[in-house]
Amino acid sequence: MQLTLEFGGGLELLCESVKIHKVNVDPPNGAEKFIMKDLLSWVHTNLIKERPEMFMKGDSVRPGVLVLVNDCDWELSGQLDTTLEDKDVVVFISTLHGG
Amino acid sequence: MEEAVTKPTKKGGGRLCCICNKRRAALKRPKTLEQICRECFYEVFEEEIHRVIVDNQLFKSGERIAIGASGGKDSTVLACVLAELNRRHNYGLDLFLLSVDEGITGYRDDSLETVKRNEVQYGLPLKIVSYKDLYGWTMDEIVKMIGLKNNCTFCGVFRRQALDRGASLLKVDKVATGHNADDIAETVLLNILRGDIARLSRCTSIVTGEDGPIPRCKPFKYTYEKEIVMYAYFKRLDYFSTECIYSPNAYRGFAREFIKDLERIRPRAILDIIKSGEDFRISTSTKMPEQGTCERCGYISSQKWCKACVLLEGLNRGLPKMGIGRSSRGLNNDPKKDKDMKQRNGTKSIENKQCGSLDF
Repeated sequence: MQLTLEFGGGLELLCESVKIHKVNVDPPNGAEKFIMKDLLSWVHTNLIKERPEMFMKGDSVRPGVLVLVNDCDWELSGQLDTTLEDKDVVVFISTLHGG
Repeated sequence: MEEAVTKPTKKGGGRLCCICNKRRAALKRPKTLEQICRECFYEVFEEEIHRVIVDNQLFKSGERIAIGASGGKDSTVLACVLAELNRRHNYGLDLFLLSVDEGITGYRDDSLETVKRNEVQYGLPLKIVSYKDLYGWTMDEIVKMIGLKNNCTFCGVFRRQALDRGASLLKVDKVATGHNADDIAETVLLNILRGDIARLSRCTSIVTGEDGPIPRCKPFKYTYEKEIVMYAYFKRLDYFSTECIYSPNAYRGFAREFIKDLERIRPRAILDIIKSGEDFRISTSTKMPEQGTCERCGYISSQKWCKACVLLEGLNRGLPKMGIGRSSRGLNNDPKKDKDMKQRNGTKSIENKQCGSLDF
């Protein structure tokens, strides 16, 4: 399935300064659905080129990184357990850079 | 504003906003844990800031107010919201954008471009003051001379004064800064970690410097960073988000991360740390620095010379370590010049301070 990923608030610097990425992903072997947890590990492996600790902490995003799925705060959709569907738009914004 | 395309979704069961009960919730408020839609969010976000401004009497009708503008998220949202509230509630304020150009190529020059766009977007006149004009040195030149250690001390000390000097050029009555609740909670912790009692007791004040030339206020004192960034994102505001190329920011970075970790478990922690900071009582036997004026430039100083003059003297004499740390080389510490200074050994509060952009 196809997803649109957007990085902002300085996170784009971790993926070669490209803000918007159109990507194709598939559920991990044997899984029926693709969830945010799968996406984070996919992003970590495939998109983040430097300083991954600015993006991830443990198996989630680093506290201070906001996540929106289709412009909705992921805290409303189950965070790591949010199920993603074809054509979803996922936005990551760091709040940790200057004011 | 350009509304982002929201496609219907099953996620979160399409939960409804707990304020209007009509539209789909778009975020969870850290302060209240309420789930609210975008429209209700704009409303509560702006009106809460209005309440803070009114309840604390931050502004008076007819005042000239400078917004300290870095081009970053906080000051950009502050400019946007203040311009809107000034119109909506007839504050009767003359608002200005005030920016400091530290002279950092590839960082400040880019962020100043953002501020220049903000000038047009919000219709607020912009004034830029530069380190080069005020002090004769850009940060690039200072770093070339002193290297990457202590550079944030120079920058922080110079910025504080530069903002005051810019404010007096604009003849404003007050400077509003974008410090948010997360910043203040972090500063409370840092001041505790440093044992800096003087700063601890004033860092939670919503208005500071009332005894000085130009008071400063923090309309975002109770505003969560998450909401500021969400507001900027939903409204598609134009802001700049690159870390300063010279800022190692290690110590503050740890405090920041700690606060963010706490916030994830219990978002109220941020407001509670601010509350703790406000309620601290300083024992009367604690010696506080006395406020005076710098003999050289007249700026407020608890020492014979203000910190900027000491640092500048060091730079100009080719002794950049002057005024850094507890060394006895600093002018203010010369026992021959002033016995009293020796006793205070004044530079304690400044040593080891990392990036000063959040100085209070």
